[in-house]
Amino acid sequence: MNTGTKLGLKIGLYGGIIAVYVSVIGMIEAFAERDMIRGVVSLGHVLLFTIIVTTGYLAVRSLDQAINPAHVEDKKKISRGQALFTGLIAGLVVAAMIAILALIAEPLKVREVLVNVSPALLEVLTLGQGIPTGAVLLLVLSALLGATGGLIFVLPPIGRKAITSAFIWVVFLGMLSDLIRVTLSRPSIPSAIPRLLVTSNGLSVSGAVIVAVAAALLAIYGRTWQAKARAKIESLPLSGQKAVRYSGWGLVLLLLVFLPGIVGRFPSEVLVNIGFYVLMGFGINIVVGMAGMLDLGYVAFFAVGAYSMALLTTSDARLLGSIQMNFWTALPIVIVITGLAGLLVGAPVLKMRGDYLAIVTLGFGEIARFLALSDWFKPWLGGAQGIIKIPNITIGNFEFIGPQQLYYLFLVASLIVLFISYRVKSSRVGRAWVAMREDEDVAEAMGINTVYYKLLAFGMGAMIASVSGAIFAAKLGTIYPHSFNVFVSITALSLLIVGGMGSIPGVIVGAAVLVGLPELLREFSEFRFLLYGALLIIMMILKPEGFIPSERRARELHEEDRAQDAWLKQAVTPAANPGSSD
Amino acid sequence: MIDVVRTRFMDRFSWVGLLLWLLRAGVLILVLWGSINTLLSGKYSIDNWISLIIAGLAQGSIYALIALGYSLVYGILFMINFAHGEVFMAGAFTAYFVARYHASTGFLERNPLLSVIIWLAVAALVSTIVAVLLERLAYRPLRNAPRLVPLITAIGASFFLQYTFRGLYGSGFKSFPEIEPLQGTWSVAGVNVSIVQVVVLLAAVVLMIGLNWFVERTKTGKAMRAVAEDKEIAALMGIDVDRVIVTTFAIGGLLAGAAGIFRGLYQPQGISAFMGFIPGLKAFTAAVLGGIGNIPGAMVGGLFLGVFESIGPNLILEGLGIPGANQLRDAIAIVLLVFVLIFRPQGILGERLAEEKA
Repeated sequence: MNTGTKLGLKIGLYGGIIAVYVSVIGMIEAFAERDMIRGVVSLGHVLLFTIIVTTGYLAVRSLDQAINPAHVEDKKKISRGQALFTGLIAGLVVAAMIAILALIAEPLKVREVLVNVSPALLEVLTLGQGIPTGAVLLLVLSALLGATGGLIFVLPPIGRKAITSAFIWVVFLGMLSDLIRVTLSRPSIPSAIPRLLVTSNGLSVSGAVIVAVAAALLAIYGRTWQAKARAKIESLPLSGQKAVRYSGWGLVLLLLVFLPGIVGRFPSEVLVNIGFYVLMGFGINIVVGMAGMLDLGYVAFFAVGAYSMALLTTSDARLLGSIQMNFWTALPIVIVITGLAGLLVGAPVLKMRGDYLAIVTLGFGEIARFLALSDWFKPWLGGAQGIIKIPNITIGNFEFIGPQQLYYLFLVASLIVLFISYRVKSSRVGRAWVAMREDEDVAEAMGINTVYYKLLAFGMGAMIASVSGAIFAAKLGTIYPHSFNVFVSITALSLLIVGGMGSIPGVIVGAAVLVGLPELLREFSEFRFLLYGALLIIMMILKPEGFIPSERRARELHEEDRAQDAWLKQAVTPAANPGSSD
Repeated sequence: MIDVVRTRFMDRFSWVGLLLWLLRAGVLILVLWGSINTLLSGKYSIDNWISLIIAGLAQGSIYALIALGYSLVYGILFMINFAHGEVFMAGAFTAYFVARYHASTGFLERNPLLSVIIWLAVAALVSTIVAVLLERLAYRPLRNAPRLVPLITAIGASFFLQYTFRGLYGSGFKSFPEIEPLQGTWSVAGVNVSIVQVVVLLAAVVLMIGLNWFVERTKTGKAMRAVAEDKEIAALMGIDVDRVIVTTFAIGGLLAGAAGIFRGLYQPQGISAFMGFIPGLKAFTAAVLGGIGNIPGAMVGGLFLGVFESIGPNLILEGLGIPGANQLRDAIAIVLLVFVLIFRPQGILGERLAEEKA
């Protein structure tokens, strides 16, 4: 057996395992409910086909690496024929595994154990053609898709980039087609435009073509346009450059201000949910990202914020001693209370090492929930029924009722916290945190009072979370202990890891993607934590610094690589530095 | 100025120290006060306490089996395998389907013992596979990464596994079929003891003795101890370190799988994809309690935690006049973890690890 066949089989097997996994887990079926391009292909099929194409691509890549171990980007030694063949084999193997699943599902009554292997799934897997024809069709189609994946690898880089970006944009906008349709359907826009681009279920064919062509063009020419624009800006005098930069930020701000009006009510609700996590993300970024203390009980501070706000403002007569304050007078008290709670949690765990700290804070989070649920605290916290009748937030006569109003609250709060985060980051405090994160003992030896700075991090993180919690309480009007489970902490942690620990823009992007997308896609939300879990693993293995890394953190994590590079250079040119032979 | 700053800093240091001392004294007083109150009130007889303790031991032996997995892995890699609770869940959840099949075909009624042994084998096998895959796919690529990186991976793995099994087997609670011979109670010296508790306790003890024999007496066990002592030297001595690590994960998985079945027998309700989270946290508590990385420690810690959790709410909390004390069972286990980590991080039996390998 030659290397091409062998690698095709091997990588195809891995791809097949993944394809079968997403099938039996129910993802394909759930995603199949939504069309990406109306009447042409559903999201479920897109997921399946993407796996097959990627498998073909990866098989050919590993073949390339086997033949060309030095991995010089431009000098590929494999021919188109080889790529086609290996990709084809890989695609066939994936399809064969799916076909086997489809074939055995009915006779072996797989569904009695694996609940998601339903007739609907089988229909999706066999492309709606029933088992014998569908299976054959699937095999042929997958072979073609695998071969396509292989061919994409041997394309010149620019072509590869164009295809990937066209594909990604079509999928992305296909997923958001509802949002696009709602946004575009308004009197000021001629109705021909939304009709051209989107349908009630996915993009229209013409829309998909337009998006694909635009994305491909952007991928091919984008770089040169960008370079030209940059050159033009740089040729301006300094004041002009500044003006361009400020007007850029001004535009972003303007967009943010008018966003809820542009997108409408339901997307505003999503924006508000993102807002909760942006705020919490800023807070956890201080504790975990900057100070390097892995806090898994972060939800406890969110809960303390929400509960203290609820207690101070509620008109619920069941509870002892309700005070019925106004939101704005209560807010500073809430922040102080939660800050103290942060110190209280922080103090006992000061001496603990990273991993113990994580588990203990997780424990604190759970304890907070158990206590809120218990009969013991029921007279004060309302037990499992929680606290009701929390009034809305008002300024004068203006009431923050709907998401479109609450959005502005988050915008202002986020901007304030963003400002604080930026200022703290490069201040003495921020640098002390970073020093502690990199090496606590050395930091202490350099005169940093680690006790003080750790408590400060805990306190600040808690206070920021409390603002989020306070608005949460006021928004819902009712809070229960069940809203404050460990998944909140995990979401906050995931968005931090995906965005990049210690990275402030990372928090915003992470929250938008990890919280926003599952809210917009109902099918997605069931698999939300599955994907978070997978993301955490994959990010840690492949890209521990996150997608928008803070520079310093990236340096820390790749220290070893750099050391190795230095060593390699030394080994390659021993004559250049003869003194280092020992 | 510097002096002022320094004295301020010294003050803060002693503040934290003072706080911890107050906490220690306060907890001690509360525990004593609660216990004495309950004992004086005479609400529970000696028999009550004995059955609570035996129930606690049975529950604790399950924690101990899971805790061994944490401890074995920690002893070798110095990482907390946060997803170990899910390894426990995976075995039990899969074996549930075998059990259901046995119950529906009547095999269970005819051969109860054989049936349970098959469940045990299935659960142990599945848990072992999950544990080994976890090591191979998630942890091995990160062997030399900074400490928090594998921990975050493990947290991700934990949620990934929970939702994977939820997707595979569906959400909702399932219950293991009842086994006729294990129902009912034995009466020993006037105290009623439930049979299933005794069986679970004995089976767990047998497994623990087996593990001890394996680690102390076999060549692989010796290799494990060598790797735990020093990975590099062990490698120089010709030990395949990767293989030893996989073996360690496999053994941890096997014990966790068995624990899953015991849990299924002991508390038939409540098999679900999320069943591993709280027991995992408690088993970690047990491992820390006994001194993490220490095998007898994990056993002692597990049993102690089980008993503490069983009698704690009635003994301490009721004496303090806290209503609904049994709701706080999970909470006091976690509080125990916090206190152990604050005041005696090396655990009951662990003396060297905290110092050397921290």
